[in-house]
Amino acid sequence: MSQTRLNTKATVQPTRSPAQARPKSRKQLGYTALGIALLAVMLFPVYWMVNASLQPSGNTLTATFFPWNPDFGGYEKAIADQGGNLITSLIIAVGTVILSLAIAAPAAYALAQFRFRWINIALLVIIISQMIPGIVIANALYSAYNDLGMLNSIPGLILADATHAIPFAILILRSSMMGIPPSIVEAARIDGAGLFRAFFSVVVPVSKNSLITAGLFSFLFSWSDFLFALTLTTTETVRPVTLGIYQYLGTQVSNWSAVMATAVLSSIPAIILLIIAQKYIAAGATGGAVK
Amino acid sequence: MTKLLFVAPAAVYIVLFFGYPVVKNLTMSLQEYTTKTFFTGEAPWVGFANYTTVLTSSLFGPAFLNTALFTLGSIVGQFVIGLALASFFRRRFPLGGILRSLLLLPWLLPIIVSSATWRSILDQDGGILNRFLGGFGLDPVPWLTSPSVALISVIIVNIWVGIPFNVALLYGGLQEIPEELYEAGALDGATGWNAFWHITLPNLKPVISVVLVLGVVYTLKVLDIILGLTNGGPANSTQTLAVRSYQESFVNFEFGVGSAYSNILILVSLVFAVIYLRVNRRAVDE
Repeated sequence: MSQTRLNTKATVQPTRSPAQARPKSRKQLGYTALGIALLAVMLFPVYWMVNASLQPSGNTLTATFFPWNPDFGGYEKAIADQGGNLITSLIIAVGTVILSLAIAAPAAYALAQFRFRWINIALLVIIISQMIPGIVIANALYSAYNDLGMLNSIPGLILADATHAIPFAILILRSSMMGIPPSIVEAARIDGAGLFRAFFSVVVPVSKNSLITAGLFSFLFSWSDFLFALTLTTTETVRPVTLGIYQYLGTQVSNWSAVMATAVLSSIPAIILLIIAQKYIAAGATGGAVK
Repeated sequence: MTKLLFVAPAAVYIVLFFGYPVVKNLTMSLQEYTTKTFFTGEAPWVGFANYTTVLTSSLFGPAFLNTALFTLGSIVGQFVIGLALASFFRRRFPLGGILRSLLLLPWLLPIIVSSATWRSILDQDGGILNRFLGGFGLDPVPWLTSPSVALISVIIVNIWVGIPFNVALLYGGLQEIPEELYEAGALDGATGWNAFWHITLPNLKPVISVVLVLGVVYTLKVLDIILGLTNGGPANSTQTLAVRSYQESFVNFEFGVGSAYSNILILVSLVFAVIYLRVNRRAVDE
């Protein structure tokens, strides 16, 4: 946080000429106030989720505007009921990150640097694949997984969740790998490294930032997945927390504090990422879509 | 040859997890594919019977209309609010950068979390929204339980979920417009709204097209918001093509009918995908 604050200051100050700066300063504080007000309205539901998770009886009927007497009963129930599901989600999300980067990074490099004739067609396929509705994939995977015994399995969900991540990761990694000067890879190859050695020892280190961005988004996509959890699991054995919340919505709406406590616990990755990895989030927000 | 090994895993993955499902959905939609199929392994070919079932179903018309209204309402709301916020945050003021990045939060939360939270906010009896409106003497609104209001409610929630994505892309586009254009415009007397109409909008056009088309494609396939808030109800008032496809396949176990629905969904998405590709190519060429 403090780092970004410094960054914004550093970029803001020089562009403002001193003559304009002074009379504008009161107006600027007005903008800050308006900005805070707009953000407060936009983030009110997030505040309300945290507030409701700390209400004693868990009943929104009696929820006060501020948790004056915070009660952690909701969290106790959430962790007792959903703790295992949170761990399942974590394992699946980490697995998806590893799988997605392992598949996407070499492909992105090839599409950025090698002169294949069919690159435009490959890119077209990747862009279109992002537009295929998840329910289409779920329909087909259900029957295939049923035959292969992969329903209710962590590898099955990792492979399915990677459908969100892999096309996105290829596009975002490719756009950054286009900027790698071919000479540094050639230098490694002259030193006797094979193509794969050169990839791991040269390309991967210089692409660190975009790999982090792609990895963060792969994690978030998988952590947030609901559709595959809903369709490709049928028993309690492997149950991501998103599905846990959905089932709470069917059974526990009289105990909102437990539902909201689970919601808060499921939001922690997003909140942590937003605070410590802002620069990567911003890169991902625009990178995958426009480039 | 080794060069092909770089793309081979991705190619295999895309064939298995995108190619196969698309083909499988096409064949399934021409078969009688039900729970029985999983026991007997038999899925007799039925031609276009599943499509006839879908098109003559009393739910198809409403689901199609709901999909159109849900998509249109969501896109208009997300875009207008997103553009307003992006333009606002384009100004430089203290804390602007931090406030703008906090604005992304709703986009990063799992959608089912947002659905659950909004479901508590929109609760008719105890929800904070109705208690707030009650403070002004207004009667409680049955946000999620009345067939005439529920679709509006799910649209409102989807707008909230989509605003950050619109802000992020449009803000990026606004940053690309050179400051000199505004300075030149100001000399000609184009400030405020005038500058917005004559400088901002025309220069933002490529980004706007991409945002709108992507928004449509993403909205067409939304499932978690609707399932989390209303489950398609009350009285089918929030059924969309995506929800119908899910329910036919995974609630009724009529996979043939479900895949017919999802193929119709693909067809609609494809139209917008083609628009996207044309727009994107033009945006890149410029």
